[in-house]
Amino acid sequence: MNFDDTPQEAEFRSLARAWIGANAPKQYEEELRKSSLGRTVLKNANILEVAKAWQKKKADAGWACLHWPKEYGGRGSSPIERVIWQQEEGPFGQLSRMFIIGHGMCGPTMMAFAREEHKRTYLPPLASGEKVWCQLFSEPAGGSDVAGLRTRAEKDGDDWIINGQKIWTSGAHYSDYGILLTRTDPTVPKHKGLTMFFLDMKSPGVEVRPIKQASGASDFNEVYFTNVRIPDHQRLGEVGDGWNVSLTTLMNERSAIGAAVSTGFPELFEYCSSLMLDDGPAIEDRAVRSKLANWAVKASGLKYTSMRAISALSRGERPGPENSIGKLVAGSMIQDVATYALDLQGAAGVVSGPEDAELAGRFQAMLLRAPGTRVEGGTDEIMRNIIAERVLGLPGDIRVDKDVPFNKIPTKGR
Amino acid sequence: MNFDFSDDQKQLRDQARKFLAEKCSPKAVRVVLDGKAPYDKELWKGLAEMGFLGVAIPEEFGGAGAGHLELCVIAEEMGRANAPVPFSSTVYLAAEALLIAGSEAQKKKWLPAIASGEAIGTLALFEGKGNPSPKNVKLTAANGVLNGVKKPIADGAVADFAVVAARTGSSGRDSDISLFLVDLKAGGVEVKSLTNLDPTRGQAEITFKDAKAEPLGAAGEGWSILSQVLDRAAVLCAFEQVGGSDRALEMGRDYALDRIAFGRQIGSFQAVKHMLADMYVSATLARSNSYYGAWALSTNAAELPEAAAAARISATQAFQHCAKNNIQVHGGMGFTWEFDCHMYYRRANAMALGLGSLSYWEDQLIDRMRKKNAA
Repeated sequence: MNFDDTPQEAEFRSLARAWIGANAPKQYEEELRKSSLGRTVLKNANILEVAKAWQKKKADAGWACLHWPKEYGGRGSSPIERVIWQQEEGPFGQLSRMFIIGHGMCGPTMMAFAREEHKRTYLPPLASGEKVWCQLFSEPAGGSDVAGLRTRAEKDGDDWIINGQKIWTSGAHYSDYGILLTRTDPTVPKHKGLTMFFLDMKSPGVEVRPIKQASGASDFNEVYFTNVRIPDHQRLGEVGDGWNVSLTTLMNERSAIGAAVSTGFPELFEYCSSLMLDDGPAIEDRAVRSKLANWAVKASGLKYTSMRAISALSRGERPGPENSIGKLVAGSMIQDVATYALDLQGAAGVVSGPEDAELAGRFQAMLLRAPGTRVEGGTDEIMRNIIAERVLGLPGDIRVDKDVPFNKIPTKGR
Repeated sequence: MNFDFSDDQKQLRDQARKFLAEKCSPKAVRVVLDGKAPYDKELWKGLAEMGFLGVAIPEEFGGAGAGHLELCVIAEEMGRANAPVPFSSTVYLAAEALLIAGSEAQKKKWLPAIASGEAIGTLALFEGKGNPSPKNVKLTAANGVLNGVKKPIADGAVADFAVVAARTGSSGRDSDISLFLVDLKAGGVEVKSLTNLDPTRGQAEITFKDAKAEPLGAAGEGWSILSQVLDRAAVLCAFEQVGGSDRALEMGRDYALDRIAFGRQIGSFQAVKHMLADMYVSATLARSNSYYGAWALSTNAAELPEAAAAARISATQAFQHCAKNNIQVHGGMGFTWEFDCHMYYRRANAMALGLGSLSYWEDQLIDRMRKKNAA
C-alpha cells in the first residue's frame, strides 16, 4: 500500500509538471485557487477567453484531451495519466469547466457513433477549445426521466425537422455545436422511439434563452427548436436507438475519476480556524469541533475513495462502484457546510455582497448554488437508485410506462 | 499509486473469511451470546493455529512477522464474523503496548504466548465514566504494587495479564502516568464480570490490592505510550467496524431481496433502497478512511494520529448506521433475539465506546488537524 507513482507515472508527472510550470497563465492562479462553488470569477479578464486560450495552448503542445486518440486531437494517454495531469494542472483545471461536457460527453459519443469524416472534421477543434459543444437532453417534461422527452424529429427527404424545447443546457449560449436527443416515433414505448443527432447551434430556428437561476447567475439555458433542419448524415446511431447512444454519453459523464468534488470543508476549516465567537475562538468550541470532525471524515473519506479508484486505474483495472458516492455525499455536504458557516456569523450571515460579507460572500454564494449540485447530472434520489440497483443489486423501480406507447402516457398529474 | 492491499494481503483476507465462515458461524457466536461460555475457546485455538493471533508479531517473538496491513485484513474479517473472542484486547491493545514499550524480557515472556493462543491480554485504562485522559487515572503505583479499581476492562475476566495505566505523580501533567504489566493470575486482584451491551465480548471490573506489577516502558512515559497504542487500536478496530458494516449491509440487502410485501420485494421500494444506498455510502467512506489509517499505521507515518482519529470516527459512524438500519429493513423480525441483527447492533454500539467515545475522537481529530496545520 503506497501513494507512489510507478516509474512511468513519475516520468509522465514530471513532464506534465514542467510544461504546466512553463506555460500556465500564472497571473490567474491565486484567483482560481480561491474560487469555490458558485464563485469562479476573474476580476480583470473574461474567464471564457482565458479558458479558450489555455485550452488552445495545451492542444498545440499535445496536452489537450489526454484520453482521446491522437488523430482526433488527443494524446492517447492512459486513464491514470489523465488523472496525473489533473493533479498537476491544479487550480488551472478550473479553466476546463466550459469544456467538460464537450470533452467528456459529446466527444466520446461522436467517437462511438459519428462517421469517420465527421470525426476528423469536428473532433480536433473540440479538443483544442476552438469550438465548444453542449449536450441537449433534458426537457421540461424529462429531467430525471430523460426518456420522457418530447422534442420531435420528423424525416423530410434527406433532412430531419426538429421542433421542441430543451432545458438545463449548460453553456448553450457559448456553444458552437450540440448533441441532441429527439423523439422520432411517439407510437412506441418511450425508450424505443428516440434518435440522436449532432447539430450546428447557429442553425436557423435554434433560439437560446439563458435561465436565471435561484442563485441569480445564469449557467444554463433553455433552447428552443422551430423547424430546425438537420441533415441525416448528422444522425448518431440508428433511428430509434437514441436511448442506447445516450447511455454512452451518460456513462462517460459518470466515469470522470479523480475529478475533485467540492465539499466546502477546506474553506470552512480555514474559516473556523481564525473565527472568533462571542466566547472565544470557534475552533475551541465543542459544538463547532464536533461539526467540523464529522465533515472532516466525509471529506477525507471521499478523497481516499478517489485514491482507491485512481489506484485501480494505475493497475490498468476498471475502478469499482465506490466512486459513485462522490456527488451524492459532496452535494448535500456543501449545502450543510455553507448553512453552518452562515450560522456562525449570526445576523451578519445574511449579508452576501462581496464587498461587505465575510470572506467576500464565499459561503453565501455556495449556499445559493448548492441546491443545483444536488440536482444536476442525476439528483440525489437518482444517485441513490443507481447505487441501490447497480451496486447492491436491488430491483429496479416498477415502471408503469415501460410497455406503453409514448403517446398514450399521461402527461398531467391532475 | 497503489492505495490498496496487495494480492497476497487480499488472499489472506479470503483465507480468514473462509476460516471464520466455517468456525465462527452465527450459531457459534450465540453460544457466547447466551452466556454458555465466556468466549469461543475452540475458535481462539484455531486463530492461533492459523497464525492470525501473531500475524503482526515479529518471528523472533513467535509471530508470523508479517505486518499491520496483514493484521488489518484479518481484523476486517473478525468484525464481519462478529467473532466472540478477546482478539482486540489481546492483539491490538496488549500486544501493541508490548511491541511499543516492552523490554526484551517482557516481549519474550508474553508475545510468544499471545501468538500461540496461551495468553490473553488486555488494557486496563478506564475507571468508571469518562474518556481517555490522564486526569481520569486514579489507580496508584508505588513500591512495585498497584492499588485501585479499573472498569470497564474489555475481556478482563478471561485475561491472563493486563497493561495497567497508573498514577505515579501529581504534577497535573501527562508524565504523572506510567504503565505497568500485571499478571492477573498472580494474586492481589479481584475480578468481577460486568453485564454489558455486547455479551459476545466480556467486560470486567478489576480491583487491584497491592497487586504486584512491573513497569512497562519508562516511568512517566505511560501516557505517550498509551496514545500510540490507542491510535493503532483505533485503526485496527476501524477495520473490524468496516467488516461489521459490510456484513450488516449485506444482511439488509439480502432481506430486502427475499422479503415480499404488498406483492413485491421490499427492496423495490425507494424508501428501503435509499436507506440501503445510504448505508453503502457510510460503509464506503469508512473503508476509505480506514485504508488511509492502515497506510499510516503500516508506514509509521507522521499522519497516523490524524488518520487514526478519522478512521475511528468514520468507521464507528458507519457500523452504528448500518447495524441500526439493518434492523429497520428487517422490521419486527429484526428486533427478535432469534435474528442475528441485534448481535451487530450490540457490537457496533459497544465498539463505539471501547477506545473512548465518538465525541472524544472528534475532539482529538480537530486537535490533530490543528497541530498539522500549525506545523
